[in-house]
Amino acid sequence: MKNNIIPLSDMTISQSGTVQDITTDSLHGQRLMEMGITPGCPITIVRFAPMGDPIDIQLRGYHLSIRHQDAACIQVIIDSQEIA
Amino acid sequence: MTTAQEQHVLTVALAGNPNSGKSTLFNALTKLRQKVGNYPGVTVEKRTGRFDLDNGSHVNVLDLPGTYSLTVQSPDEQVAHDVLLGRITSTPQPDIVVCVVDACHLERHLYLVSQIQDLRLPVIVALNMMDELTKQGRTIDINELACKLGSPVVPMSALHHQGLNQLKDTITRGCPNVPARRWRLPKPMERAIQSLQHQLETQHRIQRNESFSRGLLYLTTDTPPETLPKDLLKPIAQHRATLEAQGIHWRSAAVAARYTWIQQVLVGIIHAPSVCKPQWSDKLDAILTHKIWGWVAFLGMMTLMFYTIFTVAAIPMDWIDGGFTFLSEQLHAHMPPGDLRDLVTNGIVAGIGGVMVFLPQILILFFFICLLQDSGYMARAAFIMDRLMSRVGLHGKAFIPLLSSFACAIPGIMATRSIESPKDRMVTLLVAPLMTCSARLPVFTLLIATLLPNTPALTKAGLMLLMYLLGTIGAIGMAWLFKRTLFKGPTPPFIMELPPYRLPSAGSILLHMWERSYLFIKKAGTIIFAFSVILWALMTYPKADHLSPDTALKQSFAGRLGVAMEPAIRPLGYDWRIGIGLLGSMTAREIFVSTMNIVFSLDKEADTLTLREAFSQADWPDGRPLFTPLTCLSLMVFYVFAMQCVSSLAVIRRETNSWRWPLFQLVYMTTLAYVAALLVYQGGHLLGGS
Repeated sequence: MKNNIIPLSDMTISQSGTVQDITTDSLHGQRLMEMGITPGCPITIVRFAPMGDPIDIQLRGYHLSIRHQDAACIQVIIDSQEIA
Repeated sequence: MTTAQEQHVLTVALAGNPNSGKSTLFNALTKLRQKVGNYPGVTVEKRTGRFDLDNGSHVNVLDLPGTYSLTVQSPDEQVAHDVLLGRITSTPQPDIVVCVVDACHLERHLYLVSQIQDLRLPVIVALNMMDELTKQGRTIDINELACKLGSPVVPMSALHHQGLNQLKDTITRGCPNVPARRWRLPKPMERAIQSLQHQLETQHRIQRNESFSRGLLYLTTDTPPETLPKDLLKPIAQHRATLEAQGIHWRSAAVAARYTWIQQVLVGIIHAPSVCKPQWSDKLDAILTHKIWGWVAFLGMMTLMFYTIFTVAAIPMDWIDGGFTFLSEQLHAHMPPGDLRDLVTNGIVAGIGGVMVFLPQILILFFFICLLQDSGYMARAAFIMDRLMSRVGLHGKAFIPLLSSFACAIPGIMATRSIESPKDRMVTLLVAPLMTCSARLPVFTLLIATLLPNTPALTKAGLMLLMYLLGTIGAIGMAWLFKRTLFKGPTPPFIMELPPYRLPSAGSILLHMWERSYLFIKKAGTIIFAFSVILWALMTYPKADHLSPDTALKQSFAGRLGVAMEPAIRPLGYDWRIGIGLLGSMTAREIFVSTMNIVFSLDKEADTLTLREAFSQADWPDGRPLFTPLTCLSLMVFYVFAMQCVSSLAVIRRETNSWRWPLFQLVYMTTLAYVAALLVYQGGHLLGGS
């Protein structure tokens, strides 16, 4: 089952999943969690900015934009129907 | 009427996330009875106001900066946190905290509520934007929510002034009992915090209400905060090791536990229709952040903004200019001749006029900035531009302030407040005046007309564009340099909410425009005014009425200064007359034109054409022409980079709370301008130019 865990930055538009872990110990990590990206939280990629970065993600009923490099630290379990 | 009730003035703090409608509520409660200032020592804006309760007693309101959390990572969070704990001098500790939350986004907004509750402060939850919730077909069980949170909940819509009375009643009743903390950490972590709390309370005299949140902050933050007592470092490391051994992630456990509690609170409270209709905000975003349409919309909006500034603002600017000229003429005609008349007409009236003439531009710019901000588009602009801005190490939010500075640096500088990271805000603020503002236009127009008298308009426009480009490159280059030297730091995180689009209210936009303009007039006005009078005196004294105006000017203090500085500016191709022009335009760049009119003993209102002819006849004592093409180019380049604007300096002084940064800016920009002009003039000579 491990192969359906990927970094948030590798997800594609309208793909959804559940946050598994945040693998950064920087202040960015703390901020990301406070904005609601905590393990177990459902998350969806809405779109990418016109130049490809940052990313618009939806979680806890609101939209948040984060950069690709920060998204790379967020591990997401992809929803099973997405793989099927 | 003095009653017993009036003697105790309640202090209420308004807390809340950005975009929660906190400022709307503040405006609705206080109407216009509010004040804006700065918190001591920091550049966070302090807003206070007053309102009355039905029983006649007054309430002081503190509008805290909008924050997502109280973990003190940014100056805004630090101030919000310190005000709540009554730690800021001259700001009383709030008796009650009203936490404004967006009913449509409760899950994230309740995070802050829970943090404030941890500080053992009485909290009233103002459940704002109920109208939007109803429109979405959703309902909230208010009583159940209040019961589960342990704090009173008041449903309201601040924008439509609904629920204000109920909020006031709740404030009147007060919240007698502050509930005990309702969310729980994993057991081993609770024990670790308890032991830290004990140490903080017994050995460091930390109050009971604060010891939990302090203990939690110290345990879960990697970089130790300044307030952390050194002797706690060891126990904290031990606690962390123990927790890790038990498989508990001490960094994330607390945040996760809080969100888990919030989810439990919300279970069964929000009723949504089974079929959710797509929200118009999402549909709009599909266009406004689209790969192609997003750019079209963005460029369209920016074009509209500049078109309006350069066309619409020009009309009232002409009126103001004309009005002050008329006033000056009338005073001149009706006052007895003498120093007083000169002071009033040439010093005072001209000085005030110089300040007021910028007002239409500033008002219009603030109108647009405010519209973009309140509608939610500002976040999208940052979202679109972040990729470009991050290349020089800046935040996407720096784009709009820099763009505004093409019209006038003052609103641009004031708009940098939306940038959270202090370092990035400073860098943006320091380079904003390098963007070619509209006050440079008259100078460029005059010099281009002198340089290229008989060329088609297109060539002139090309040269003008080159100057704009040069300024922009200068700003980007300096930002890049500052980010690598003085304000070294990692590229700031871009973790930004994209709030739903909302129709901005006319009232709040007008209020904002008024407030910003007032601050500009108050802070910059007095300094420009003083400067104008000083400059007038320098150019008038010592008096030499028997001489012709241009000779009298040479005899004046300003003239002597110009002559004294000639050796320094000669390498740039300037003589003492241009030196006076440079000195005179310290108040505002376009003053260069009117100063040159006096220097060449023309009528003060002489048009560009006449002045241009005077320029073409001006020469050095040895008969060489003064305004050679290289001198004109060097002068233009000087104006591209030089900080010839007292208003900007005054506004930067206000925004940074010290004279250090405006002075630094004056020195670095003047140096940059000098070196660039020197390169143009001397380099041009080496290449065989004249």
